[in-house]
Amino acid sequence: MSIEIALLTIFILSIFVGFEVVSKVSTILHTPLMSGANAIHGVILVGAIIVTGHADNNLELTLGLVAIVLATINMVGGFVVTDRMLELFKSKKSTKAGDKK
Amino acid sequence: MIPAWSQIANLGAALAFILALKALSSPKTARLGNRIGAVGAIAAVAIVFFSESNLKHLPLILIAVAFGTIVGIVAAKKVQMTQMPQMVALFNGVGGGAAMAVSSIEFLKAGATDGFVALFATVFTVVIGSISFTGSIVTFLKLQELMTSRPVVLPLGRFITIGTALATLVMSVYLMIFPEIWALWTLVALSLVMGILFVLPVGGADVPIVISLLNAFTGLSVAASGYVLDNVLLLVAGTLVGASGTLLTQLMAKAMGRPLTSTLFGAFTAKASTATASAVDRPVKSAGPTDIAIMLTYATKVIIVPGYGLAVAQAQQSLRELVDLLISKGVEVEYAIHPVAGRMPGHMNVLLAEADVPYEQLKEMDEINSEFANASVAVVVGANDVVNPAARTDKSSPIFGMPILNADQAEQVVFMKRSMRPGFAGVENELLFNDKTTLLFGDAKDSLSKVVAAVKSM
Repeated sequence: MSIEIALLTIFILSIFVGFEVVSKVSTILHTPLMSGANAIHGVILVGAIIVTGHADNNLELTLGLVAIVLATINMVGGFVVTDRMLELFKSKKSTKAGDKK
Repeated sequence: MIPAWSQIANLGAALAFILALKALSSPKTARLGNRIGAVGAIAAVAIVFFSESNLKHLPLILIAVAFGTIVGIVAAKKVQMTQMPQMVALFNGVGGGAAMAVSSIEFLKAGATDGFVALFATVFTVVIGSISFTGSIVTFLKLQELMTSRPVVLPLGRFITIGTALATLVMSVYLMIFPEIWALWTLVALSLVMGILFVLPVGGADVPIVISLLNAFTGLSVAASGYVLDNVLLLVAGTLVGASGTLLTQLMAKAMGRPLTSTLFGAFTAKASTATASAVDRPVKSAGPTDIAIMLTYATKVIIVPGYGLAVAQAQQSLRELVDLLISKGVEVEYAIHPVAGRMPGHMNVLLAEADVPYEQLKEMDEINSEFANASVAVVVGANDVVNPAARTDKSSPIFGMPILNADQAEQVVFMKRSMRPGFAGVENELLFNDKTTLLFGDAKDSLSKVVAAVKSM
């Protein structure tokens, strides 16, 4: 039973952390933030690898491999596309700093 | 038993995700934040290969990871910035699909032996993951304009949706009491249909909110699958995204002046709606590039309202050229950025940054709205809904209540439009028929370069 309570505790605390960390986001960053958060849940890949690694029959294996491909696309694609978005912000920032000098 | 070192490593990964989200909320640290998140995720995946003893099918797993990596990188690199919102939707959808598959497999293996709470978490992941999967695909189709962006209301749609929702609920309860495999597949099928029904009636303007919401959904389903697998990292990462995504959805809805409930439950209340296709052949005033050039050159203050049409025409560079030219002639020029200009909050900022538009010229709505009254000309390029006065006055309009840019308060208004077609929300814009409005028809890039040439020759 204690493991379940522990997981529940972690769950509740994580909710508050999740609310807290993004509470001050500026409007212009809504899209990149969503995209970055999107990439983070791609970590379901870890779960996909675990269940596929213990697959006992072809159905489980096939489903698992599909899950791995999907999760990897989510994770890798998510981080790469977020980086592309933020790269644009960065160049803007640096030209802005350059102008001031 | 999972070794202690890997648990500590997982704690590090979870911490990386928290720091990543924190850093992503501030412009200075955003890019670093994204990279911290990526490092955490890669580390988490690397750890699992060492900490999980006797993983079978390793070669196949590695091939699947490699394949997904290639697809992900190519898709993320190739997508144009204008199409980025739908790409995010798609990435989110496949994540939801993965979470659903993972929990399904765990159910096939363990059945009810994991206990009631785990069973509940399984059902939750399957339902929410499936909804996120098909729902995201529908939002992708809408944004990619492979299907209409207007609300789709099926005949008796309300009853079909409510019926499917009830069936999903009944099947969920059934599965928790009688954990049988056929019940799982039935639940998966029902939830996949539910995802489609959930997003179909959502109108264009609400699509970004739905993407954000589905993103939070996927996060929660990942959290639940973390519970099913007793994996703390999945639980923490999923919950973080679920919670921050929910808050982000609320912030977005607020920025757009859309009550979240109307987006959420649109599927349950949608009526065969009031698609107002009023008289299309009403008189409008249109002019050529030279007239517009004269108007702009002799203006004292010009405010540009860029919209998605600008980005579609890839006309950001031409726009910047025109603005630079006007500034060199002593005209005061600023950009008015609506919070949802483009397709998502912040999307237009990304697109203009791509064209090297100086940050100081971009004004957010709250800053600039009082300035329109002092402006000689408001130039609306490829935007429509964000300057539609119906949002202030017409209670029956689907965009009623959305904060808009006060372009109608400028002395004169110029619209650069491809056609008289209504905007993304599918609503007629009264401002087009206003006396002080002049239209310049044509592709935004083409029109802008013609105006630039005309200004130069003066």
